[in-house]
Amino acid sequence: MTIDNKLVERIAKLSRISLTETEVNNLTSELGNIMDWIEQLSELDTEGINPVFSSFGEEDIKYRADEVNDGGYRDEVISNAPKSEDGFFLVPKVVD
Amino acid sequence: MTDFSHLSIHETITCLKRKDFSVSELIDFHVSSMENGRELNAFITETADIAREKAIDSDNRYLKGEENLLDGIPIGIKDMFCTKGIKTTASSKMLENFIPPYESTVTQNLWNDGAILLGKLNNDEFAMGSSNETSFYGEVKNPWKNSKGNFTVPGGSSGGSAASVAAGIGLASLGTDTGGSIRQPASFTGTVGLKPTYGRCSRWGIIAFASSLDQAGPITRNVKDSALILNSICSHDPKDSTSSYKEIPDFVNATDKSIKGMKIGIPKEYEADGISEDISSFIEKGKEWLIESGAEIVDISLPHIKYALPCYYIIAPAEASSNLARYDGVKYTHRADAENIIEMYEETRAQGFGNEVKRRIMIGTYVLSSGYYDAYYLKAQKVRSMISQDFKEAFSKVDAIYGPSTPSTAFMIGDKNKDPLEMYLNDVFTVPVNLAGLPAISVPVGLDKENLPIGMQLIGNSFDEESILSIASCIEKSAKFDLTPEKWWINE
Repeated sequence: MTIDNKLVERIAKLSRISLTETEVNNLTSELGNIMDWIEQLSELDTEGINPVFSSFGEEDIKYRADEVNDGGYRDEVISNAPKSEDGFFLVPKVVD
Repeated sequence: MTDFSHLSIHETITCLKRKDFSVSELIDFHVSSMENGRELNAFITETADIAREKAIDSDNRYLKGEENLLDGIPIGIKDMFCTKGIKTTASSKMLENFIPPYESTVTQNLWNDGAILLGKLNNDEFAMGSSNETSFYGEVKNPWKNSKGNFTVPGGSSGGSAASVAAGIGLASLGTDTGGSIRQPASFTGTVGLKPTYGRCSRWGIIAFASSLDQAGPITRNVKDSALILNSICSHDPKDSTSSYKEIPDFVNATDKSIKGMKIGIPKEYEADGISEDISSFIEKGKEWLIESGAEIVDISLPHIKYALPCYYIIAPAEASSNLARYDGVKYTHRADAENIIEMYEETRAQGFGNEVKRRIMIGTYVLSSGYYDAYYLKAQKVRSMISQDFKEAFSKVDAIYGPSTPSTAFMIGDKNKDPLEMYLNDVFTVPVNLAGLPAISVPVGLDKENLPIGMQLIGNSFDEESILSIASCIEKSAKFDLTPEKWWINE
């Protein structure tokens, strides 16, 4: 799969990052090189291999009781927001 | 002012107990070292006032004989750990003014043991990099210049953590290691860097990069101090479901244990090309040291290890693209002005993230996107399984694996940051360990022809930090590396 400007623009859209024309050009060549290098994984036959998503076994995870034991820091949390009002995060208009 | 920089944590605590000097004197010395060391650019935020206040409390505890495990010990913290009420940036413009309303579990464990925060340390932006050159706050300088007098990188991503400890500023630091970010900088700066087993330390309150790989660990000037800090930071934490319930052994004890009869594997793949001559000579020297100490050297093979890096560069960016989706201009400090919400997201992220972070989010988004998930992401997780299996087989024959931490020593600032792929290759020996979730430690063993430190790595079986601490301690004693860099950064 070759990486071209169009694909980079599509990935940028999915990533929610706006790019300048120069950035698109640079990323096309950089991501192209990186993905070409990653391609070496296709040499490996992984038929029948179980994927491992974490080195931490599921059997090691214990479930805790689902209860509220912390909280009530609305103002501290909101204080990091760039815009807020009356204890709410403020965003540009979402629905017309 | 008395110079306390040559003392280890153990020695410092002994002196404090004997009242040779007070915690306040110790903190004054390290604060002034930090201030005199600004040219290194190791710290993003200095917390001298808080440190002096805490020193008074600590002195009182010593007076009453009520001191804790690390009482009065000044420690620098990588700016990836949330510290309550103290700016935490991940070295990104995106979090330029972020004040966490909570404390990370591992740092809280240090403070509970009496340690004192000296400041927040520079790193590669969101821990993505191997040279500390991707930081929004500028590059960190390695205290070790090369023999021509050029500035070198301290490695990354925990570059500030390694540089400060190498420069004698603070007695230890915390770093995070996702693909080598503690061990590679430790190796570049002549310090000891330990990445614990995945699950040994809580990840709660650490700014997330790749959650299945991230782990906190110490950078120190010797192996025993590393064990001591490890004992303080690890704990089971109900707030991190992947933190282990396993019992925590006395790691300091392990550093005094004989390695007689231990089996140490050397992978034949490590003798491949691409390692500098100076570094490969320490594979041979290491063998001699270990045999002299009564260990047995075993030839092993990790056949799939060469696929670890490309595998990592699918998994880590994939997890990062998901973790960094939270920086959307709504919750955290930086926001771009825009008419509609999509534009606001896109502009905020364009302004707030640096090039390397953007690159990794893009790779991650691509490999997870519809139509490519099976070919890349799922494939990589299968390769990860094969790499873990290689290690499992190796550890059925040996107690630990010995080899280099890095293929080269510190390179010059600006030398490798043009080509991302060239930078990624730095982590060839460290990344496999994270994929398999194993513990590993980098120990300084000597200098190369360019007068730069060389670190060697010991990899242990899952939850067996003790074996690698015993062996690292033995290597440390044999190598007798006690050199410190010339303090060129101090203007008299």
